[in-house]
Amino acid sequence: MKLLKMIFRNVFRHKLRTVLTILGIAVAVMAFGLLRTVVGAWGSGVAASSADRLVTRDAVTIINPLPLSYYNQIKQVSGVREVTYMNWFGGTYIDQSHFFARYAVDPGTFFSVYPEYLVGSKTLAAFRNQPNDCIVGSALAQRYNFKVGDVITIDGDIYPGTWEFQVAGIYKPKFKSTDAMAMFLNWNYLNEKVKQDFPGRADGVGWYVEQIDAGANSGDIGRRIDALFANSPAETKTESERQFQQGFLASAGAIISAMNYVSFVIVGIIMLVLANTMIMSARERTREYAVLKAIGFSGRHLIEMILGESLLVSLLGGALGIFLTYPVVESFASFASFLGADLFVQSATLLTAFAAVVFVGIAAALFPIQRTMNTKIADGIRFAG
Amino acid sequence: MSALIEIRDVSKVYRRDSIETPVLSGINLNVEHGEFLALMGPSGSGKTTLLNMIAGIDKPTSGQIRVGDTDIARMSESALAKWRASNVGFVFQFYNLIPVLTAFENVELPLLLTKLSKSERKKHVETALTIVGLSDRLNYYPKQLSGGQEQRVAIARAIVTDPLILIADEPTGDLDKTSAQEIMTLMQRLNSEFKKTIVMVTHDSHTASKASVLRHLEKGDLLPEDVQTN
Repeated sequence: MKLLKMIFRNVFRHKLRTVLTILGIAVAVMAFGLLRTVVGAWGSGVAASSADRLVTRDAVTIINPLPLSYYNQIKQVSGVREVTYMNWFGGTYIDQSHFFARYAVDPGTFFSVYPEYLVGSKTLAAFRNQPNDCIVGSALAQRYNFKVGDVITIDGDIYPGTWEFQVAGIYKPKFKSTDAMAMFLNWNYLNEKVKQDFPGRADGVGWYVEQIDAGANSGDIGRRIDALFANSPAETKTESERQFQQGFLASAGAIISAMNYVSFVIVGIIMLVLANTMIMSARERTREYAVLKAIGFSGRHLIEMILGESLLVSLLGGALGIFLTYPVVESFASFASFLGADLFVQSATLLTAFAAVVFVGIAAALFPIQRTMNTKIADGIRFAG
Repeated sequence: MSALIEIRDVSKVYRRDSIETPVLSGINLNVEHGEFLALMGPSGSGKTTLLNMIAGIDKPTSGQIRVGDTDIARMSESALAKWRASNVGFVFQFYNLIPVLTAFENVELPLLLTKLSKSERKKHVETALTIVGLSDRLNYYPKQLSGGQEQRVAIARAIVTDPLILIADEPTGDLDKTSAQEIMTLMQRLNSEFKKTIVMVTHDSHTASKASVLRHLEKGDLLPEDVQTN
């Protein structure tokens, strides 16, 4: 207890320096948390992907639609339990900065294949029966204050025109990683309108999603699906949902890699800030440590004191940084809708930040410890610092 | 009865890079139980080096240093640390108190290495601070004390474990004349009343005159004995 008391008092011996160090660490941890959160949000689709789902798209590019007629053929493939299909609707809500994902989905099958989107039976019935109904995610509804019955106007681009959708209900995400920022429209309604306005594009499906039997060989099933349409005008490429999501991320791969890299550079910066403080502190106390050694304190005691001080400063800074990460992420999310994903601080981010802070606390203490241990008592007592 | 401290043929050579600097050569010295020895000599004569070796914070290049029954020249660093904790009390020129600890806590420091209970430690600390005349300054921090008072707290810290020997390196070197006089009176009292064996280094002949035995070092050699009476 006495040692802890001494560590605590030593930490605040130079209040301004310690406070500035703690603030420096806090800002760095907060930046680390924000970057990791954004990177995590970018990869949330991958994280949320199911091992029991396959995605079938055009073999050349996802821009090319697949015929609706594939549905029944895919459904016949052994190991496929359920099939749904969807299109990327696109469009603009208010302006480009208010981005969120908008999909036209088959109302009959979509929520069976995606059970992680929790929708009430009444909402589902309304969605199936009212052509221009839509279902929005809880985070999206919260951000734009959408309520059941509200009309959302979308300015179409892939499907030109002004589109009005009425909110039939709000889905809740089953898991933390489930996207709660999406809007689902009725594919049949879209298809009917396309038939009228752009007959050549009718019955075009963006991609199919297959729910396969648990434990089934997904690679084999994928190959059999693709074999069905080999040498057809619209050959397919079937892959796991994870691979499909990763394919989307590949285009932003360089940016994500850079953000990942920067987030760990920040850990290095924290370490330098703290190491600088610890080196100064240990140097100033050279004579005190020598006196402690002279009166019988062992190397272990001094290690505990230096390490304890370093860890205390890093943990205080880390705790403040983690605490600040929440409002900063929330504030960032309010103008970062271009990400199209629900920004939240993941527990993995907290754990990584905590581990980084502990690592930094230990690493920053190593040099002062080595210096203190190597200083002879007689030299330390004479030290004039 | 044998001497408390026996130094036999002790030499010390400092090596830095390829340069060897002899500091002490063939020192032989006995310090008896209850003796108050003052080591004097000009700068670079080796007096502090000899003091550090007696205290177990430096080791001779050759020779033997026996304190009580222990040959401290051959002990490992960790064993020496334990030995110092129970056998040596230190008084330094610049007091070297821990600024973030009160007078009580500074004096208590060496006792944290013992198995004494909190109440036993308190009793020991209060006794030590009473001996040095600072029982009314228990909760003062070093910066709230005068130089003389800081040195008295340092002496209380040195005696709180009731060590075998007190090592004092220029204990009055940073004090005014009055405070220096008070400190030396206290040191004499510790020697005469509490029978503490004291080995002190000083370059001040007035301070040295308070010791019972005075030895001079010059260029690493111990000059012939010069016993004085108070």
